[in-house]
Amino acid sequence: MSGRILLGHGGGGSLSQRLIDTELRPLYADPTAPLHDAASLALPHGRLAFSTDGYVVHPLEFPGGDIGRLAVVGTCNDLAMAGARPWALSLGLILEEGLEFTLLRRILASVAAAAAECAVQVVTGDTKVVERGKADGAFLTTSGIGLLMAEQPIGPGRISAGDQLVVSGDLGRHGMAILMARHGLDPHPPLLSDCAPLWPLVEALLARGVQLHCLRDLTRGGLASALHELAMAAGLQVRLSEERIPVSPAVRRGADLLGLDPLHLANEGRMVVVVDSADLEATLAVLEPHGGAWIGAVEGEQGPAGAAAHPAGPRLLLRTAFGSERVLSPPAGDLLPRIC
Amino acid sequence: MEVCGGHTHAILRWGLDQLLPPAMRLIHGPGCPVCVTPAATIDAAQALAARSGVILCSYGDMLRVPGSSAASLLAARAEGADVRLLTTPLQALAIARAHPGCEVVFFAVGFETTAPATALLARSVRAEGLTNLSLLTAHGRVAPAMEALLQPAHCALAPQASARADSPQSSVGICAAAPTPASPCALGPGSAVQGFLAAGHVCGVIGTAELQQLVERRGLPVVVSGFGPLELMRAILACVRLLEAATPRLINAYGSVVRPQGNPAARALLEEVFTVVDQPWRGLGVIPGGGLALRESYAAALDAGRRFPGSGAAQGAPAIRSAAAALAPPPEASAGPCIAAAILRGEATPLQCPAFGQGCTPEHPLGAPMVSGEGACSAYHHYRPPQGSASPASAVLR
Repeated sequence: MSGRILLGHGGGGSLSQRLIDTELRPLYADPTAPLHDAASLALPHGRLAFSTDGYVVHPLEFPGGDIGRLAVVGTCNDLAMAGARPWALSLGLILEEGLEFTLLRRILASVAAAAAECAVQVVTGDTKVVERGKADGAFLTTSGIGLLMAEQPIGPGRISAGDQLVVSGDLGRHGMAILMARHGLDPHPPLLSDCAPLWPLVEALLARGVQLHCLRDLTRGGLASALHELAMAAGLQVRLSEERIPVSPAVRRGADLLGLDPLHLANEGRMVVVVDSADLEATLAVLEPHGGAWIGAVEGEQGPAGAAAHPAGPRLLLRTAFGSERVLSPPAGDLLPRIC
Repeated sequence: MEVCGGHTHAILRWGLDQLLPPAMRLIHGPGCPVCVTPAATIDAAQALAARSGVILCSYGDMLRVPGSSAASLLAARAEGADVRLLTTPLQALAIARAHPGCEVVFFAVGFETTAPATALLARSVRAEGLTNLSLLTAHGRVAPAMEALLQPAHCALAPQASARADSPQSSVGICAAAPTPASPCALGPGSAVQGFLAAGHVCGVIGTAELQQLVERRGLPVVVSGFGPLELMRAILACVRLLEAATPRLINAYGSVVRPQGNPAARALLEEVFTVVDQPWRGLGVIPGGGLALRESYAAALDAGRRFPGSGAAQGAPAIRSAAAALAPPPEASAGPCIAAAILRGEATPLQCPAFGQGCTPEHPLGAPMVSGEGACSAYHHYRPPQGSASPASAVLR
């Protein structure tokens, strides 16, 4: 096979067939099974979670991961945030004409490795090729089905006053690794993306009987965006203690250098866990060995009908190390490095 | 007054103003390079970016700021222009080498902090003999701007101000009726300023001599400050002590970084590549000695204005720099009810603007200080948004 993707690889003819047989079929749960238009899955008992996400990242390979790993882990993490064990995945590829086969193979090997790590099977997929200049190398889409393992629903609707907030590890590594790679900065030692599956941590929390009120993976926009969204959705005030939020010195230095807030940086293997205060100790017992930490609490008054509200309106507040307090806002748009 | 946008950000980020006694007020200065870049220069950058075969490169925040129309370089990119974000000017070298058939223009902004890196680029382009890379420069000098902020409005732009000052150390005598230390000008925009916190990174390059001269001429204390919360608090304390003792002096409270002579290598680069010129600052008007332009020996080959005649990119365009233009009101920095010009001059805080958080937000900015992440309005909106301005709860579609 030639060294680069050609338009013909998406044409549906023999080139397409060869691409599927040699590169994609090995990803499937049963590589020898005859291919059909749809996968047939035996439905297990209980409820399912279903999620989809598109992946575009530049560069396609970055320190600590690549778009293949991101596409598997990202969708599996979305499922895990609903309390679902990732089960089956679809994989859509939009490839740019001219993409090097060696790079495509590395991406697909990474898909396979991440799927094994997440214990999820790739059951269906699609490949298209677009003309050179019409895509940034490769775009991936994954949709995932997960088996709901939590007995109670997990979501913003269950957040209530007095709940405690715990993050599962230090923040901002993925965003900083991407920015460093994108801007040609080369930190020593290298800063690696945090891209990793979250289901094992969620499973461990459920196994300890922790009442998970809400989970949110901290992707684009970082902790600030995720908690801002949750505070608004719950109508409650969230107060964080800046000193307790774990950020590695390397990320802090990089953020200082670029004039960015580490709490705005993307993560791909970190979540915030909202639990009843009675479950805080058990939550920390699971997450602290992974670098997790308590970072703050939800404030407000429980209304008569169970409707929680905070008189000052929903806000996300940050108590600084100096004892002053400020609002923690989500980023307005793209994170652009400051000038000086 | 803290002159630098980085200081303003740090003060709000750490809530330092809340921790000070009520009698002390921090006035935010114009030190955001994006905010003070004239609209005409941004227009010129957009015009260059719109030409086919041109790759326009600049720093991140510069891409967001609108020129005299509402359009920004990011908008130009969305319409097909090749606009690229750099974190260091030297990245333009690789782009120029990789695209020999294209004209690469680096839109260089910032104060003495970024100017040495532009100078290094200019020198590298010449050393390498690249013929497809040029510079559109709008570098500002901070000390003259501090001086201008203290001038009464009527004499800040006196005719002799338009004389070129060719040495970075040259004294810039402007005000015909120079105030004595005992009776500072009471009419000017800066009359409320009793002391300055000077930008540590700027002084790291230029040293402290220019500020020492400012102290001697104006009788105001100047304290060089770093950017950490403790460094800022220490600098504020030093400034207050000087004011209480009525002993205006220069204090370097950022001695770990700033040496009196600055960074000799960077200064030598500036001296080699740039010359001091009068320059318009958005919202402030023409500031005598307030900018750096390429020396003729570099401008001949590298000035984007000469490479692209008629683009409006010519550095030191006479129309902008004439005394007549200088006496005109400061160029618009804003639109509608926005009071960006007053904010850049330290005459008002963002909270006094009727548009703040209402018609004017980072998503829909009316003035430059809200657009740039380094602007005072953006800092206030980010760290102290008006109540009730929170965005509606977004759906859980992810």
